[in-house]
Amino acid sequence: MLKLYVQDFLRYRYLLYNLISRDFKLKYRRSVLGVAWSVLNPLMMCAVMFVIFNTLMAGMRGEGIENFAVYLVIGQLLFNFFRESTTMAMSSVMNNAMLLRKVYIPKYIFPLQKICFGLVNCLFSFIALIIVMLITRARLYPTILLGLYPLLMLAVFSLGIGMILAAMAVFFRDVIHLWEVFTTILMWFSAIFYTPEQFGNALLEGLIALNPLYQYITAFRDTVMYGQLLSGAQILICAAWALVMLALGMFVFKKTQDKFVLYM
Amino acid sequence: MQQPIIEVNNVSMRFNLAKEKSESLKEYFLQLVKGKLRFDEFFALKDVSLSVQPGDFYGLIGLNGSGKSTLLKVISGVYKPSSGSCKVRGTVAPLIELGAGFDMDLTARENIYLNGTVLGFSPKYIDAHFEEIVEFSELRDFLDVPLKNYSSGMVARLAFAVATITKPDVLIADEILAVGDFLFQEKCEQRMQKLMSGGTTVILVSHSIEQIERMCNKVAWLEHGRIKMNGPTEEVCEAYKQTTREDDKI
Repeated sequence: MLKLYVQDFLRYRYLLYNLISRDFKLKYRRSVLGVAWSVLNPLMMCAVMFVIFNTLMAGMRGEGIENFAVYLVIGQLLFNFFRESTTMAMSSVMNNAMLLRKVYIPKYIFPLQKICFGLVNCLFSFIALIIVMLITRARLYPTILLGLYPLLMLAVFSLGIGMILAAMAVFFRDVIHLWEVFTTILMWFSAIFYTPEQFGNALLEGLIALNPLYQYITAFRDTVMYGQLLSGAQILICAAWALVMLALGMFVFKKTQDKFVLYM
Repeated sequence: MQQPIIEVNNVSMRFNLAKEKSESLKEYFLQLVKGKLRFDEFFALKDVSLSVQPGDFYGLIGLNGSGKSTLLKVISGVYKPSSGSCKVRGTVAPLIELGAGFDMDLTARENIYLNGTVLGFSPKYIDAHFEEIVEFSELRDFLDVPLKNYSSGMVARLAFAVATITKPDVLIADEILAVGDFLFQEKCEQRMQKLMSGGTTVILVSHSIEQIERMCNKVAWLEHGRIKMNGPTEEVCEAYKQTTREDDKI
């Protein structure tokens, strides 16, 4: 049984690769700067955010954060990766209805493709992060490489969620709108531009700690910004959220996938 | 007797023809509460059994809406039957609605690779057969043109060329020979004959009864989702033509 799955995946891995490269080709076709936009876009977004938080919303930015620019950029990049890749994954199965009605392809390829595309994009935008770190004269720690762990776990977590959303969206288009609202709420609870401690509210702190996004972002900041190693608890929490969500996603997807063709 | 290469056992395919298709959660729950969540069931296939021997050239005939294409999709794995089972021993190359997986914004060259991997080929394999594809489709001068600028005949040629570079165990063809000009149709037919002589089993759907008579050795006749008749080409085609003529008289 498992062997069949592996064979199937190996046979279609080139398709996965081709679909991702198509995404890139189409995204940057006819733009002069091309792939450079993957770096420029987050850089400019962060510049805008930084200016806003230093002028208009100066009261809202977290206190006691030594390098606010880097703190903000990390939160932004990771959260946007999660939001964009899950949103793309959500409509991926639906958007390929034409194809799925005509040939047999393992259907999970499409959410997986979108998460990979998002991940590659996110890796590009880390060039923007490095640029911000250089500009602000932040220290570069060797532990920066450990940041890959929370990032990859976040990708697995997003894949699980993306599979659930993709399956649900086939049957109920409402999910698309609900997810947009939900991620906006989630963003405010992810401590992107503040620290949970600054409010002195234990309940709120506890609530934020339950947010897996906050855990991933914090683990990433610890390694990249503060030069710390990941604690055992952090390693465990990151992996647990990712694996539970992936298992759930695969379960939901497998239960429903045979009916996709009839509803698209 | 050899093991059949395709075994279709009592396959039924049920579609929910939801008249009030609930595409939103609100509607769904409203209908659920009102007890209105029922579907008009429609059986595209009812209790169909078929067994195909290796090397057969099997034709499927029947009027529009008799379930021919549904049966092909069950065999190629696109649909999972509502009941019954379908077993295929070997690789399947579906030539159903050619060009699935073409992206109109990409060039022909890029599409050859994309479509090739959709069909499960490796890039190496496509590399090795790239010349052959270009040669067969006669589109060398247009390789770097986006597909949206192609005519439908050109797209069909490219699709046929990509889909047939493989040597599949089973080739499934749904009225594909109706594409392109007559010269290209001849070329397609020749290529299918060549695949056949290499031991490939072919299942062909066509509305052209002459084509079926010329190419197939066995024919199944579908009517309203059931197999009405199944056997050697002459018998089935004769009976099929008979009824069609009777219908004409009325």
